[in-house]
Amino acid sequence: MKSSRRRFLKFVGLSAAGVVGSTGVTRTVRAVSEHEPPASQGKRWAMVIDLRKFSKDDALIDKIISACNTAHNIPDFSDDPKNEVKWIWTEDFETAFHSQEFHFIREDLKDKPTLLLCNHCDNPPCTRVCPTEATWKRESDGVVMMDWHRCIGCRYCVVACPYGSRSFNWKNPRTASNLANPPSTYPTRMRGVVEKCTFCDERLARGQQPACVEACSNDEMVFGDLNDPGSKVRQILAEHLAIRRKPELGTQPEIYYIVEDPRTLQEVAPAVEVFEEEGGHA
Amino acid sequence: MLEKALTGSRSYWSWIFVLLVIIGAGVACWFWQFHEGLTITGLSRDVVWGFYIAQFTFLVGVAASAVMVVLPYYLHDYKAFGKMTILGEFLAIPAVIMCMLFIFVDMGMPNRILNVFLHPSPHSMMFWDTIALGGYLLLNIIISHWTLSAERREEPPPRWLKPIILLSIPWAVSIHTVTAFLYAGLAARPFWLTAILAPRFLASAFAAGPAILLLLAFFVRRVSTFDPGKKAIDALAKIVTYAMIINVFFVLMELFTALYSDIPEHVTHFQFLFVGLDGDNTLAPWMWVSSVLALVSLVVLINPKTRHNYNWLLFGCVTVVVSLWIDKGLGMVIAGFVPSPLGKVVHYSPTAPELMISLAVYAIGALVLTGLYKIALEVRGQIKHISY
Repeated sequence: MKSSRRRFLKFVGLSAAGVVGSTGVTRTVRAVSEHEPPASQGKRWAMVIDLRKFSKDDALIDKIISACNTAHNIPDFSDDPKNEVKWIWTEDFETAFHSQEFHFIREDLKDKPTLLLCNHCDNPPCTRVCPTEATWKRESDGVVMMDWHRCIGCRYCVVACPYGSRSFNWKNPRTASNLANPPSTYPTRMRGVVEKCTFCDERLARGQQPACVEACSNDEMVFGDLNDPGSKVRQILAEHLAIRRKPELGTQPEIYYIVEDPRTLQEVAPAVEVFEEEGGHA
Repeated sequence: MLEKALTGSRSYWSWIFVLLVIIGAGVACWFWQFHEGLTITGLSRDVVWGFYIAQFTFLVGVAASAVMVVLPYYLHDYKAFGKMTILGEFLAIPAVIMCMLFIFVDMGMPNRILNVFLHPSPHSMMFWDTIALGGYLLLNIIISHWTLSAERREEPPPRWLKPIILLSIPWAVSIHTVTAFLYAGLAARPFWLTAILAPRFLASAFAAGPAILLLLAFFVRRVSTFDPGKKAIDALAKIVTYAMIINVFFVLMELFTALYSDIPEHVTHFQFLFVGLDGDNTLAPWMWVSSVLALVSLVVLINPKTRHNYNWLLFGCVTVVVSLWIDKGLGMVIAGFVPSPLGKVVHYSPTAPELMISLAVYAIGALVLTGLYKIALEVRGQIKHISY
């Protein structure tokens, strides 16, 4: 579906741009459809978050979030939410998936803390609107990258993101009291630029997993390559019912959430047990 | 020609002085904002654009509206607009300058503004808006300069200018269309995701812009011997009337689609605008004032008796401008952010420094407008030197 959509866009673009005659257009269509791009080029990083393994007031969540915050020198302005900068944070399940309806769902599932971060969409609206190419989709592995040395701070990408995953530095982040002294090796930002999760591109470059995934102990978050049929993420997605945020927008988010195992959903009583057993590990 | 703006009466200079004081205060606030960051505004992680961008949107319409006098005059040879065209073009220039300044003051890193040209991105509507606005400013400077210089020498305008004038007509439409595209192409913001946004922008622009032009023409008539002519005033009043009718019609279209389909993510924004959402009804009183004024303006303008009475016409123009300013300069942009994509209602209201900076941008526009109108009237020898 994705590639046909791209082909369609290409076709529209070409026929609109060309003052080409009708023969030119038909030739274009044939040329595009004959040259299918290879199914898999490079990597396509993705993440699966297993909500069954998280519970309210879970110490693991703090551990995950602070692993990211420390690694990336993220200022803590939580006392003044107006200025907040967040790369990974939680909302309750109902808010995280508020455009989807889960009627009569168990209370503990409704309030379940759900980790949110940049979705690294396959078809990201944020990079499309950037007027300076300060944010772009890395072709080699699908990471939505951010160059805060080029960003002009127009915040168009923040407006375009349907997930609220981007933060603007309303004030100087280097003044935040929580930053380690000296800060971690990751570059600090300045006021006036946008920032967000980059799937820890600095760690990926060293062959490491993202900091949040590394903070997990029991595959609560799994990171891997969707283009590799043998990868763990692919195996999990084949076996489980996983959902994504706002799939109807066509952005193709690459963060998947396992809500409940469809098998356990059928057996109500054991499901509660499984949940309590796994949720209480922290 | 510019020297004409440098001589003037006592009241001329006091007006300039007042504007300069406002500009000075605004510039000081801007330096503060540049130093501290946009945290000194009321904007937040959820309401990302606010008063600045809303003013920008309103003023793009004012700039585009010059086409409403240029088109009849040059395309249909409607001679009655002969005197009005220069006023229209001289309104467009400060309006575009204010648009650019509102974008500039909204930027987090204004010192990097050249990145827009160093790394041009045709996939971004903001890139096209920059080109549209810059080009429109240039076109209007060229056109008004050469027509006025020719008039000063009592010659017809040069022949090569005609195609440039004709180009300025679709260009004016383009600036507001592309500005609507900034908003209308975002999957994240259902409030703006509507095909009627650009037509609506144009309709409201062609009502508010000519209404401002009429108000300016009335003012100019008072301080100089300049008379745009009854025919021109009546024609412009008709343009305001029809544009306002179309604008209200478009707004009702929008309301029907959202409310009858009853899709929550479309309804909630209108709910926020007109009755409030989750206890936040900041904009509701404003929107009701805007709606009532729109209806009042229609009554005053559609009725030929009141429209032909200049006092009523003045009143009608004021109601149009205020109504559309509230609609576009407050409601349109802010409501796009409430509720947020996560369904949250986050309060926004502009802070004092934010308003001061905005006021200063308007003062810069007024300063440029004053200078340009002064030049136009001096060239025509129409300043009342005694009373003014």
